[in-house]
Amino acid sequence: MTPAEEDLKAVGREHALDLLRRMMRIRIFERKSAELYSAGKIRGFLHLYDGEEAVAVGAFQAIVPEDAVVANYREHAHAIERGVPLNSVMAELLGKAAGTSRGRGGSMHLFDAARGFYGGFAIVAEGLPVAVGLALARKMSGKPGIVTCFFGDGATDEGEFHEAMNLAALWKLPLLFLCENNLYAMGTALSRRQAQTDIALKARGYGMPALSVDGQDVLAAEAAARRAALAVRRGEGPCFVEFRTYRFRAHSMYDPQLYRGREEVESWRARDPITLFAESLSRAGLLGDAERQAMEREIELEIEKAACFADGAPVEPEEDLLKDVAAGEAG
Amino acid sequence: MKYREAVRAGLREALRSDPRVFLMGEDVGRYGGSYACSLGLLEEFGPERIRDTPLSESAFVGAGIGAALGGMKPIVEVMTVNFSLLALDPIVNVAATIRHMSGGQFGVPLVIRMATGAGRQVAAQHSHSFEGWYAHVPGLKVVSPSTVADARGMLLAALREADPTIIFEHAALYPMEGGPVPDNMAVDLSRAAVRRAGKDATILAFGANLWKALSAAEELAREGVEAEVVDLRVLRPLDDDTILSSVRKTRHAVVVDEAWRSFGFSAELSARIMEGAFRDLAAPVARVCSAEVPIPYPKHLEDAALPQPGAIVAAVLATIGSGTAIAHGRV
Repeated sequence: MTPAEEDLKAVGREHALDLLRRMMRIRIFERKSAELYSAGKIRGFLHLYDGEEAVAVGAFQAIVPEDAVVANYREHAHAIERGVPLNSVMAELLGKAAGTSRGRGGSMHLFDAARGFYGGFAIVAEGLPVAVGLALARKMSGKPGIVTCFFGDGATDEGEFHEAMNLAALWKLPLLFLCENNLYAMGTALSRRQAQTDIALKARGYGMPALSVDGQDVLAAEAAARRAALAVRRGEGPCFVEFRTYRFRAHSMYDPQLYRGREEVESWRARDPITLFAESLSRAGLLGDAERQAMEREIELEIEKAACFADGAPVEPEEDLLKDVAAGEAG
Repeated sequence: MKYREAVRAGLREALRSDPRVFLMGEDVGRYGGSYACSLGLLEEFGPERIRDTPLSESAFVGAGIGAALGGMKPIVEVMTVNFSLLALDPIVNVAATIRHMSGGQFGVPLVIRMATGAGRQVAAQHSHSFEGWYAHVPGLKVVSPSTVADARGMLLAALREADPTIIFEHAALYPMEGGPVPDNMAVDLSRAAVRRAGKDATILAFGANLWKALSAAEELAREGVEAEVVDLRVLRPLDDDTILSSVRKTRHAVVVDEAWRSFGFSAELSARIMEGAFRDLAAPVARVCSAEVPIPYPKHLEDAALPQPGAIVAAVLATIGSGTAIAHGRV
């Protein structure tokens, strides 16, 4: 057996298949979203996670229900992995009242208070200070669980990133920073934005342990997240994981991608996290073609149902426009 | 009791009565607050609840939002409104939007205190008044205590709000002596207050400028003009009823605002009076605002830039016009 096959045996067939199914679910959900976008059912911005699925799926293996999750505007995967029902996520993308945020936020603003999913922040890096505050509240009130915060490499350009890293480390907060480094902030490559491109090094500069891991390898992503989460749960202060990954598609739905070459994209596509994992599963004899196809059909059906639900769901009545601007205002 | 002692009394009372309350900001702890509002509180409540922060306005305001989302009742002190511009993103894009944007799932019961205003020769980067910028934003509550009783009472009332509330303390008021303030005195956080009754003209002011308006009213009284002085107290939402009923009675309105005239709070107030009491007005609404310059350092220029009682007197007399002036033998 190869080392990779040994790893697979160690995690067990059931868990491995679950990871694969989760990644496929995100991929197929977003494939459907893109289709609905082209059909004009979804408008505005739609930031797809295509290519980065192993990061969310791996990381969420280390996150438990009592934890809080803060994410950014490329957060369909995180909401789904958090257990937000597909119907609510899809309905939100379509701007329907049954959506996670009554349709008011759309793709970038998924929120679910009951599941400790704090969204949905679409100004780069602004979720980090909020995560610091959530972690501070946990520490001060003795509430169990940790806070996990997802953000991209673009966030590490911002002053808020540095301020938040410093506060979390200074106050030894139960906070896990999960950086999805897909090498681009919209169309500007990391190397064109930062003098020091080693992101984990920045975290170490604030005195917190930091790991860098291959974000295309779901088992590696899971292992790193688990290790870091465990340290945070021990009360040792914040930890940082950098997942090295890549977004296969445009920043939002369409852009001419003048900022990167086809070859670069193709070389990363060759490291598609779903294909890589499925292939290693079949090499290890854990997954047959027929089984994989059946899994795919099953997920497609689930996603179709969600799309149908969202399409048929009513929009919020216009008379509710001013509702919830402030507590108790307009009903 | 001085104004700053009243703020301190309010802080102490809040910290004693609710374990979720904590104070966070630059130099609130060991230094005792840059305006000495929190002097002695560190000794009584400890560094967890009287929390000194780094000079990271964006991060500690964002963390205040996160802590509020996490069930705490934070009071964030921003040293001056001028510095709060570094925290505009969390205030405007997160605290003010999240209730509506999340479909009513999340509220931010956060109190932000900041000093505002000029008059102490601290020049153009420590003297401006941006209350109107914040009052522009749906989802925020904006208040400005001008009396010692309100300095204590409005803080306690703000802590009972379910939404982000910004308290503007005019820096010139901190040393003001205002007599005793009973512990159990509750204040209303929705209404303006008529601080002096009159029948000839309404002067609308808030914060430190209330006292300039009252001094102008004194002088006017010696001239036989009875000005009514309304302390706005709550800038958002504005108490239209109190404002309009006074203007309907006096038929003349003079707005005093330490911010610049152009596109500002005074313009909004003037427009509201026009919309709500046009037919009751005997003259156009007059405005006394700061000169359209960055506030300069030397005393004579600073004085010249700011609204002064003399200018308020002149504006009232000009507004009520020749009829009244003739009656009092001034022409």
